[in-house]
Amino acid sequence: MLHYLLKRLMSLILSLAVASMVIFAVIEVAPGDPASFMLGTGAQEDTVAALRSELGLDQGKVSRYLTWVGGMLTGDFGTSYTYRTPVAEMVGERLWVSLPLALYALTLSTLIALPAGIYAAARRGKAGDMAVMGATQLGVAVPNFWFAMLLVLVFAINLRWFSAGGFVGWDKGLWAGLHALTLPAVALALPQAAILARVMRSALLEVLGEDFMRSARAKGLSQRQAIRRHGVRNALIPVLTIIGLQFSFLLAGAIIIEQVFYLPGLGRLVFQAISARDLIVVESVVMLLVFAVILVNFLVDLTYAVVDPRLRRAA
Amino acid sequence: MSLLDISGLTLSIGALPILRDVTLSIAAGEILAVTGESGSGKSMTALAVMRLLPQAAATRGAVYLEDEDLCALSEDEMCQRRGRDIGMVFQEPMTALNPVMTIGAQVMETILIHTETSTADAQAEAARVLTRVGLPPERFPLDRYPHELSGGQRQRAVIAMAIALRPKLLIADEPTTALDVTTQAQILDLLRDLVREYGMGLMIITHDLAVVAGLADRIVVMRKGEVVERGPTMSVLTHQRHPYTRMLFEASRHAVTLPAAPAAPAPLLEVREAVRDYTTPRKGWLGKPGRFRAVNNVSFTLHKGERLGLVGESGCGKSTLTRALLGLEELQGGELLLNGQPLSQQRSPAERQAMQVVFQDPYGSFNPRHRVERLVTEPFHLSPDAPMGRARQDLVAQVLEDVGLSAADAQKYPHQFSGGQRQRIAIARALITRPELILFDEAVSALDVSVRARILDLIADLCDAYGLTYLFISHDLSVVREVCDRVLVMQKGEIVEQGPVEDVFTAPKHAYTQTLLAAAPVLPDITPTEPLETPA
Amino acid sequence: MNRSLFLGGLLSGIMLLLAIASFVWTPFDHAVMNIPDKLQTPNATHWLGTDHFGRDILSMVMVGARTSLAVALLAVGIGVGLGVPLGLAAAATRGSWLDEVIMRGNDLVFAFPSLVIAILITAVFGPSATNAIIAIGIFNIPVFARVARGGSLSLWAREFILTARVAGKSRARISAEHILPNIANLLIVQGTIQFSLGILAEAGLSYVGLGAQPPTPSWGRMLAEAQTLVSLAPHLAIVPGLAIILTVVGLNLLGDGLRDRFDPRLMEGRA
Repeated sequence: MLHYLLKRLMSLILSLAVASMVIFAVIEVAPGDPASFMLGTGAQEDTVAALRSELGLDQGKVSRYLTWVGGMLTGDFGTSYTYRTPVAEMVGERLWVSLPLALYALTLSTLIALPAGIYAAARRGKAGDMAVMGATQLGVAVPNFWFAMLLVLVFAINLRWFSAGGFVGWDKGLWAGLHALTLPAVALALPQAAILARVMRSALLEVLGEDFMRSARAKGLSQRQAIRRHGVRNALIPVLTIIGLQFSFLLAGAIIIEQVFYLPGLGRLVFQAISARDLIVVESVVMLLVFAVILVNFLVDLTYAVVDPRLRRAA
Repeated sequence: MSLLDISGLTLSIGALPILRDVTLSIAAGEILAVTGESGSGKSMTALAVMRLLPQAAATRGAVYLEDEDLCALSEDEMCQRRGRDIGMVFQEPMTALNPVMTIGAQVMETILIHTETSTADAQAEAARVLTRVGLPPERFPLDRYPHELSGGQRQRAVIAMAIALRPKLLIADEPTTALDVTTQAQILDLLRDLVREYGMGLMIITHDLAVVAGLADRIVVMRKGEVVERGPTMSVLTHQRHPYTRMLFEASRHAVTLPAAPAAPAPLLEVREAVRDYTTPRKGWLGKPGRFRAVNNVSFTLHKGERLGLVGESGCGKSTLTRALLGLEELQGGELLLNGQPLSQQRSPAERQAMQVVFQDPYGSFNPRHRVERLVTEPFHLSPDAPMGRARQDLVAQVLEDVGLSAADAQKYPHQFSGGQRQRIAIARALITRPELILFDEAVSALDVSVRARILDLIADLCDAYGLTYLFISHDLSVVREVCDRVLVMQKGEIVEQGPVEDVFTAPKHAYTQTLLAAAPVLPDITPTEPLETPA
Repeated sequence: MNRSLFLGGLLSGIMLLLAIASFVWTPFDHAVMNIPDKLQTPNATHWLGTDHFGRDILSMVMVGARTSLAVALLAVGIGVGLGVPLGLAAAATRGSWLDEVIMRGNDLVFAFPSLVIAILITAVFGPSATNAIIAIGIFNIPVFARVARGGSLSLWAREFILTARVAGKSRARISAEHILPNIANLLIVQGTIQFSLGILAEAGLSYVGLGAQPPTPSWGRMLAEAQTLVSLAPHLAIVPGLAIILTVVGLNLLGDGLRDRFDPRLMEGRA
């Protein structure tokens, strides 16, 4: 178990290191000098040079990479080229919208998809299965941001159950915050739930064909008991992988959905930064997103060890 | 009155008839063997009793357990019978247990779903049952997971699950087919003891007549969904009234006539102190990677014209050795010589053509997308003197005819052939370069006995026609005895005994060989005296 | 021919035809603005209505289909072209450092959702449809590599591969001759899935301005422009949305149909 854990941890650190190098290298390729961009076209050469040295741009690539990574490890993400404020502050604020949104959607998607997938698999080929599969066939095809627009049209503009956009902030209380994120989370979650339900169904169907399911039936378990006690847990192993992958889709999706609901999340920040060529903000947000994805997949790996004893003891 | 009475059981799946009018019965304390080749419907009969058939199955007839017709019960009522009144053991112990649940929990489950027992009591009872089947909690704690047990131990756990509530009837579907011969003997002993101790009825499904002969009180022979013969085991085996029974019996101890081995042998393949190690995963974070020696200091010589057997149980290293001989695995030590010349890892086309192989699985041996002509000529790859055009076609036609197929088969795809025919194609592929040596790697192990007998005949014929030299790798002692002149016995990576087959089989010297031979079930030496029953 | 295959082929075929037809004919010029005719609901002249500039929506949808299909198809091409060889190589050298490097690299690319790749590329090179192709294409590489490797591994354990090795065939040759044809079905099915995911991803990227730029019409951009008008003229959002859904459903059904068709168990039944 410890061996497995350490191995995963090493691979987590390695992935983060390589990912940060890739991001840094890509941003390095960007044409133009941030300092001259910030000061505008009419700036004096010595002012530009002064700013370059203030931003650390006059140092070598390796030393700047190390400064950047070292800064991030201590919570210093640098200073925004356009706003001249610490990036960490800007990102921190926005993260509290995007991350809860993605997690909310992940929770919803899992809560809807697993029962639906199990239900469909248990009724393979029957009407219930057909209905679930039909719904998921449609669900996987719906672009989440389009679905979000429909939700706004129906629940915000016509029914007025939710506001059409904006975010009240968490200081208004957990409930108000969740309420404001509900429509975006539903829009994000349903298409993902459709995918996850399909995965759950096919994983369970595969397990239902296994010999040990027949052994369970031979003991006297009913089909339903056998699925509950022996099927689901075995089927969860492939499903977990997909849940881990879904988090990255949901985080990316959250960034898009924020545009529909005018939410002050990472999405708005990064798109503004792109048009303002505020590369240090882009760099930090991208690194943060990648970090979140890698971290979640690490957590999924740990969950494997809980679900699957073969990993626990073999290591 | 009998315990189980099946009468007029007819079963079809969709339009496909599976069973026709099957009638049989088992008394309490009796062992009934249901035997036959694949497709005989013997497993379906077992599943029909359990009512665990595929959904599309339609049945007619009656299955009485004591005085209750199981076919008339509702699914809920049937669930109460399964596990409590009837237990079942399956063929594949590696997959029959839930991999994410402890063996203790799996045995307890049988007890908990049928009785009002507290968890603690169920646990104590599970420990008792596991002890009874040979898995005492001192050595095999209840919180062991299936992957921590060997195949034989898993089969014991499966048996524990099935007998935890002392069912009236136990059904065992090929319970030892996936096991090694020594493990098989232990599991069969266990089953026999349990029947005696609990007074259960046991219905054992097996294709192996030798197992039947040593275990069953009565026997039912099935073919294509019908019962062709039934009766007390000894009576059926001595009289063999039905032609199919007689064919099965003869095929099971099929004797072939090998041409005499050359009198003045010259060495063809020499294996000198071969060693093959594998690294195993590190133990702990800082531990060194372990080392597993699959082949340990193996030396032997195979002479021209000789038929050498290699026997051993799974994991003994015989597959690794085979792969090393073929150049598919590197040796860490020792050397291989062919005709006195050392064989390197990178072999020349001529060296490759000199040594060919026939594998076990007639279904996995061919690329399903290629025609037979392309399949059998694959050994000519990179060969500078491979026949082309007309000569190549003639050669393909020739080998196909030599293995009992026809020249026209060259244009067919592998799926158009039966298992036995595919094995003939595999032999044709091995023959086409006229190799000096052929390795038969469990080449007849996946075949039904009747098919196996014909393939063994073919191999004997080819010994004449092609002057074959071969190494016959098998776990099946009786087959090796038939088709080999000399035999090597392998255990834990080492060759523990070698010698002429008759000597080794009649007077084994090494303790392991003695164990193997003692464990292998044998058919009684019977020659049926009565005339065949003429089918009405 | 099963039902999914038929329906899926039909839907995807229609969308493809619309995209191709748009090169030679559209009901109106998709770029011509006609303010007096703006925001018309579907009618006899403008079958699917007009937008806030009076442009014909059907024409825009047809031309937009080009962008969506081309981006998604090229992205699949990148994924297959790079991912499949990598996957085959990883399987052929299972357990070696090469396999390890390829699989670790795969995991790493999985950590970059296509949106994140698009953000990076756009930040450096500015927005364009090409960015979308590259971003989605890069995301496709590990997907195909994984499918190719997974499908190949079980084949490498099969005995017909062993006999090919006994015959002296190299791993590269075995991969091309024996492995690839036997995983082609898997790859085709995955291709249709990635194609449909590509359509969705392209729409999302164009919607947030990281994909096709004006004046190139695309379904995602049509939706972005429709957003502020959605309460006023819902059809502006509904029509391109339905175009996306129909295409994606079509491709997914096609994939399901092909999977059923290729199912080895069904093949065995036919034999």
